[in-house]
This record gives sequence, C-alpha cells and structure tokens, in this order.
Amino acid sequence: MRHLLSAADLDRTQISEIFDLAEEMSLVQGRPVKKLPALRGRTVVNLFFEDSTRTRSSFEIAGKWLSADVINISAKGSSVSKGESLRDTVLTVAAMGVDALVIRHHASGAPWQASRWIDAHVLNAGDGTHEHPTQALLDAFTIRRHLRLSTPDLMSFEGKTVAIVGDITHSRVARSNVLLLTTLGAQVVLIAPPTLLPAGVDSWPALACSDFDEVLPHADVVMMLRVQRERMSGGYFPTPREYTIGYGLTRPRLEAMKPEAAICHPGPMNRGLEISADAADAANSLILDQVAAGVSVRMSVLYELLGGAE
Amino acid sequence: MSGTGAPQAKPDEPTPGVGSGSVDSRVVLDADQIARVCARMAHQILEANRGAQDLVLMGIPTRGVALARRLAAVMDEVEGVDLPVGALDVTMYRDDLRRQPTRAVGHTHLPVEVDGSTVVLVDDVLYTGRTVRAALDALGDLGRPRAVQLAVLVDRGHRELPVHADHVGTYIPTRTGEHVGVKLVEIDGIDQVSIEPSGDPFRGEI
Amino acid sequence: MTDLLIRGADVIGGGRSDLGIRNGRFVDPGDVAADVERLDGDGLLALPGLVDLHTHLREPGREDAETVQSGTLAAARGGFTAVLAMANTTPVTDTAEAALHVAALGTRDGNAQVVPVGAVSKGLDGVELAELGLMARSGARVRVFSDDGHCVTDARLMRRALEYVRAFDGVIAQHAQDPQLAAVSACCHEGEISGKLGLPGWPAAAEASVVARDVQIAELTRSRLHVCHVSCAETVDVIRWAKQRGINVTAEVAPHHLILTTTEVLGYDPTYKVNPPLRPSEHVEAVREALADGTIDAVATDHAPHARHDKEHAFAEAAFGMLGLETALAVVVEAMINSGLLDWPQLAKRLSIMPAHIARLADQGRPLAVGEPANVVLVDPGARRVIDRNDSASLSRNNPWHGRELPDPVVATIWAGQITYRKER
Repeated sequence: MRHLLSAADLDRTQISEIFDLAEEMSLVQGRPVKKLPALRGRTVVNLFFEDSTRTRSSFEIAGKWLSADVINISAKGSSVSKGESLRDTVLTVAAMGVDALVIRHHASGAPWQASRWIDAHVLNAGDGTHEHPTQALLDAFTIRRHLRLSTPDLMSFEGKTVAIVGDITHSRVARSNVLLLTTLGAQVVLIAPPTLLPAGVDSWPALACSDFDEVLPHADVVMMLRVQRERMSGGYFPTPREYTIGYGLTRPRLEAMKPEAAICHPGPMNRGLEISADAADAANSLILDQVAAGVSVRMSVLYELLGGAE
Repeated sequence: MSGTGAPQAKPDEPTPGVGSGSVDSRVVLDADQIARVCARMAHQILEANRGAQDLVLMGIPTRGVALARRLAAVMDEVEGVDLPVGALDVTMYRDDLRRQPTRAVGHTHLPVEVDGSTVVLVDDVLYTGRTVRAALDALGDLGRPRAVQLAVLVDRGHRELPVHADHVGTYIPTRTGEHVGVKLVEIDGIDQVSIEPSGDPFRGEI
Repeated sequence: MTDLLIRGADVIGGGRSDLGIRNGRFVDPGDVAADVERLDGDGLLALPGLVDLHTHLREPGREDAETVQSGTLAAARGGFTAVLAMANTTPVTDTAEAALHVAALGTRDGNAQVVPVGAVSKGLDGVELAELGLMARSGARVRVFSDDGHCVTDARLMRRALEYVRAFDGVIAQHAQDPQLAAVSACCHEGEISGKLGLPGWPAAAEASVVARDVQIAELTRSRLHVCHVSCAETVDVIRWAKQRGINVTAEVAPHHLILTTTEVLGYDPTYKVNPPLRPSEHVEAVREALADGTIDAVATDHAPHARHDKEHAFAEAAFGMLGLETALAVVVEAMINSGLLDWPQLAKRLSIMPAHIARLADQGRPLAVGEPANVVLVDPGARRVIDRNDSASLSRNNPWHGRELPDPVVATIWAGQITYRKER
C-alpha cells in the first residue's frame, strides 16, 4: 500500500487485516515497554495545515510506539497568505528525507495533490470537507468490537444499519464512513436537514433522508456528527434549538433506539446541541472507545504503509 | 497487502509448485515418533526445572503454539500440572522486515506476568537462530523473565547467531539447500516431519 | 513595409483567389511590388483576423504572469489580430489615463491590436460608476466595459451603467455570478462531483439568474448588454428568450466550455479551475448548439495566464483561469467544424466578424477585399498536433490542453499588413 488517501482505497480484506493488526497493537498500550521496533529508522512527518491536537498526538504516539522518528510541523494558515505555494511547502518537507507524510489540510484534495509531487508515502489525516480515512477506520473498528461482543467471529457488517446524523455536507468523517461502512457491507443512512445534505448525495452508496425519527428505531449504530454553530450564519438552520429538536440525539430518542444499538461520535462533542449528555454518557455509547482505538488503528495503518519493503 | 497472508503463514510449508513434497523429499518423523519426542521433551523440561513452578510455555506462532499446547497437555496428564501456555509473535522484531512486502502480524498472548517467570520458548524448527533472537527481543519488551529456555522439535543446524536450544526433540542434519517441513494435525491435518529440496530462498524461515 | 502576396488560398466568402497586401491594406494582387513576399495559400483557408473580446494581459501589475508583448504574441500564434484587454489589472483600468496607458503598451509592444476594456465600477468594487465617458472619449476609444472577475450585483448600478453607455454606443459586458449563490470560494460546478470531492460549488442558477435580471434591465434601458463566458444551458435559454423579444443582448463562450467537462476536476488539478467552472456534458452540448445557431454570438478566450506558484496551491486556494489564445481556434475547429455544427464562414463570424462588431472595431472583422485593412489569418483545416504546454509564447503554463491531440490550424497571421506569426515548416 503506497498511500492511504481515501477510505475507498481499501477493500474488505485489507480492512480486516488492519483491524486484526490493530487488535494486536492495542495490547502494546498495557505493556511496560510501549515499543515495537518495526518502524525503527523510519521518519514520519505530521504536516498539519489545520489545528488538531487530538489527531496529531494520536499519530505521533502511534509512530513513536512503532519506534519511528516522528516530527510535527504546523503549517497553519493559508499558504497563499504566506506566499509559499502548497507545492513548495510539501517539497521542502519531503526534501528533508521523510518516509511518510501525514497531512491534514483545510482544503479538500491537498493530500492527492501532494502525492503527485513527492515519492514519500502520503497519509490523509483529514482534507477539508472531503475525507478522513483513519477516523472511519477507527469508527468501524470500534463498531466491530462492539458487534463482536454478541457475534464473536463477525467479519462484515452485512445486515447492519448505520445512521450518520448531522452536517453531512461539510463532514469528511461522513464521506469516509459512507465509503468504508459500505465496503464492509453495512447499509448507511444519512440524516440531515435538506440544507446540510450535499449536492449529488443521491449518487452516494447510502440512503439520504431528513426524518431522524423514522430511521432511528432501525439503526444498529447511530453516529452523531458535530454541528458547528457557525453553520447558522450560513443560514443552514434557523436556531440551535430547532436543530436539536429535529436532529439531536435527545433523551427521548435515546430511549427509542434498539436496545443493543450503539452510539458513536467522532468528537469533539457539542453536548446539548447534536447530542444530549444522557446519550453521550449512556451505557451503549462507544465514544470513549473510539478515542482509545485511535492510536491502535493508526499504528496498524503506519505499519501497513511503512513496515515492509519499499 | 502483506506478502505472506496468515500470521507467520506456513514457514515450513513448501511453496506450491516448488518441490512440494515431491521427488527427493523424505519423511524423517511420523506421527508416533513425534508423539514420543514430545513426551520426552515434556519430561525433560520438568526435570531440568525441578517441576513446574513459575514455568510458562510461550509458543512462537504458528506451529510453536500448537507444540507448546501439546507439551502442556503431556505435563498435565503425567504430572497433573496445569502449565500456562501463551503465544509470542515475533514479526515486528524480525531483522528482515524491510526486505519483503509488509508481513502480517500474529497474535501475542501472555497468560501470566513475565517478570520472575521462567519462560520456555517453543518453536518447531531451530535453524539460523534469528527467530529466537527476535523472540528474545520481543520477550524483553514484555518484561524481565527470571530465565529463558528454548525448546524445539527439530534442530537442523546452520546457526548464524550464537543461539542454543536447551531442549531438543531431534537433531536432523541438513544441507542449506534443503527445507525441513513440519506438519501438525492441528494445522495441517497430519503429523509429519520431512526434508524437501527447497527452490525458494525466501521461504520465510529465519 | 514589404508587400505581401498570398497565392491561391480559399478566401472565406470568396472562393480561391490571390490576396495582395500593401501598406496595411488589401490591394489588387497585380498591384504589388516586384520584391513582394509570397505566401503559398494552396490548401489553406483565408479568414479575417480573429478578434478576442476577452483577454487578460496582466500588464500592468502581474508582468510575471504575462505582458502585453507576450500575450499578444500568443494571440498572434492563435490567429488573432485584435484583443480586448480586461480591466482587472493593477491598477484597474477605470480612468482615461489607465486606458491610455494600456493602449500605449499595445502600440509599443503589441503583436496584435490591443483595445483596453474599461471597468464598469471604480476599482471593480461594484459601488460607483467608473469614468466611463472619459474612457470612451480618450484616445483609447473604450467601448466595452466590464468588471470581469467580479459580477455587477447591484441592479441599480447595472441600470445606470447600461443607460450611461448608450450615449457613445458602449456595451456592458457582465461576468454573471451571483455571489449569494456562488461565493468567491466556489471553485467548481455544484453537483455530484463537488459533493463527492468536498469542494464548494457554483450552481448553474448563479449564472442564469443574473443574466435573467440583466436582460430585463437591458430591455428597460434599451441598451447593449453582453454576457461573458456563458457556461450553462439555463443561461442559453435566457438569452434565447431575450433575443426573441428583441432585447439587445450578445453573448460569448470560452473555448474550454465547448469541450471540457466538470469530470476534469476529479484529480484536484488546479489547471482545470476556472470561473465560471467546467460544467457537466449536457451544458457543453447546450452551449455548442447555441454557438451553432447564433444564440451565442462569439467565442472569446478568457485567456487567463497565471504564474506557476499561483496555481500550485490546494485546489480551493489556487487561482482561477486557463490559457486560451494559442489554442482557441484549434478547439473551436475540433468542437464545431469537425463535428459539423459550424461551417468556416460561420466560424469566421463567431471568431472575427461578430466580436469586432460588438466591440465596434472599425478595422477588424472586415471582408478580405480590396481597400479593406489587411487583417487575415491563413488556416490549414486538416493539420493536427499534440499540444505541448511548453511550446508557447505566453509567460505562463496553465494550459488545460497539454498532452491532447487537437487541430493545428494557424499557418500565418497578418495584422495591418504585417506578418505577426508564421508557423515553422
């Protein structure tokens, strides 16, 4: 595997292998020596054009626990305003001799463009409103662990319904999850007010609708997306309370869910807006498990990209 | 994705189409002989350690784990001791990781605390010694055992590192061009140790 | 100036004949001097020199991307003998002095006639009228006014501008893009692809709704309106309706909208980022039909050179625009002649006669006849080549046709009796 740019880059077998490896990686957390030598001598640069303490530290720990040398470069702010082209920034970093570039950028497509300019492996850590493949991987990994509690040998998500609720238009987590969950055989349903469903959503391999309550009782997993209050100024919805009543995971909705259904959220949460405190802290909430899974899944991906011959 | 598929997939299995158990291969141990050898090794381990106190068997996947379980079963039957059995995957500690496509990683399972235990590493074939070197590094990151011993079903010589087995099932002199194939019922459906001419230098043995 | 004699070309509208040129005008072929330079027109067509209603020469302000000299050299290579230089330079062409400066650059450095376009509003800010009258009265004789790059969104300002230019037969050329429907950040067509790619998009309605409003205002003011770079079917429908009603509106289409579709942005290559954006194929078909039936009157290149570093940004942050002068005729031949939608006389109308008429250029788009100014391009209708972006007179390289096979029609370009371009054999 040369790059991981899109969740669509992976087929079911590859996903399964990444998950199995992530299970092994998760054991490292509990060991006295949190180190595996597999990526010793490899250099990984986290090139983040957008702030993200959580994702960046997750990648940093993942790389370090695999004995790679990890460097963080914050290239915040538009390269246009600094006068340096994206190409120049990427080439300068690559020229230092890196093996892998983990890129997060506020503009969709930046990792694809970068991968055309350099030889190093490129890992997309979130590009604009486009994709966030490692997030989708850790979401699905967490869901698999949850489903395996009742079906230990579960290999696919056939027959399962995952509802993704929120600002789909601006969500890279949604796009990557639609691709990955569909590859794993799940039926994905996107739920949002019409103003937050993207153009051309009918061509996506998922159902789209605006009635949360109709879908909720059928969902095996409910994935709530963060809604930015700034979207109100774009006129996407009139008030936060109208959003919460129509699309929030409120207490009544929590009770309307299937008993064995699970709740996910990529974080950070707006408690009280898209997700009630009750739901966030509910017994069937996988939110903290998602966070815990982040390092293991990223270790797995880094190993896949860098652990073998070039 | 990874070059070898399943965890440490069949390092002693002939590559299909390349000297696969054909013309010059010969069986050196059959099922009965393997059973006897295992029984002797089990006794030997207990004798050398004056019993089962603080002992743990760690098999190196894949066949080392099956062997470790067999040894534990014999010990239980004969001496009534319930020895903990674990697995120690060494993939990430291999010294040849960068020479092949990304290798799949097997399962590591620690049934007890490593610190203070006497760990008996169990593997099917001892050859260059590199697997054992990797296993020692892997073990070192898990804790500090009081002692480490090595038990192997077959020692075929040709060491490339200063590694020595404490408990050996059988010595089989081989040429470097040959391949020692160990099949176990739990994995391969049959118990058999054979020697085949090998055509593939990158079989995966280290 | 040496006399020229073009032998045996197929003259558009006149059949095979010889063309004599002396002192910048056509003369009887028998009247040329003995030391006349001969051009063999056998197998070639002779068209009136092409006129581009919409070029960005970047000078003054961005001479690193293009200059009047390099831009008009590219124009000459493309068969153009006149270009209208858009006003969004630095400083903006919103005064007579600025217009004269551009005209002077054209006189000094130009390889084609350079006519400055005046801004509609001061500084292109869309608030106050620029000195339209002074620009018209100046030696630059500005007749076309446009805030191109920006849309004149204020209906009242649009009305005033249209009314005002009636006094000197001016025309307001609108870059139709409603900023409420298509913000500055919108960088591709809004649809399936923009949704998938996570890029802010431009729906067709953002263009058509502005044109719908503007034609109403043009009707009200009885003035001349010109619609820049028509990109979608909805806009074509509005223009067709308006023309049927007798509204004085003309329209242009850019060559790239005749062939390229929005699928080009799938790789996030900013070479394909342009305003208005590339559209799905049904829009390409609609604008082709409109160009064929005359609803769209002209092809205008919207030649937009950009320094490499302005394009080498993330797609959403890269500069908008594509080169167009050198490949325009090739693209139109491929899209319209080779598909049978236009014949050569009609092509001459769309690329020379109508643009000259809209811009009120007295010396361009004229018949190739004795006494007329000698602006002519010799065309080989069958030649083809693979486009190499590095083989260009432009200072920039943002060429969307690189690597594609297209016609290679321009053999020689003659402006005011002088050869400005001649293809090497």
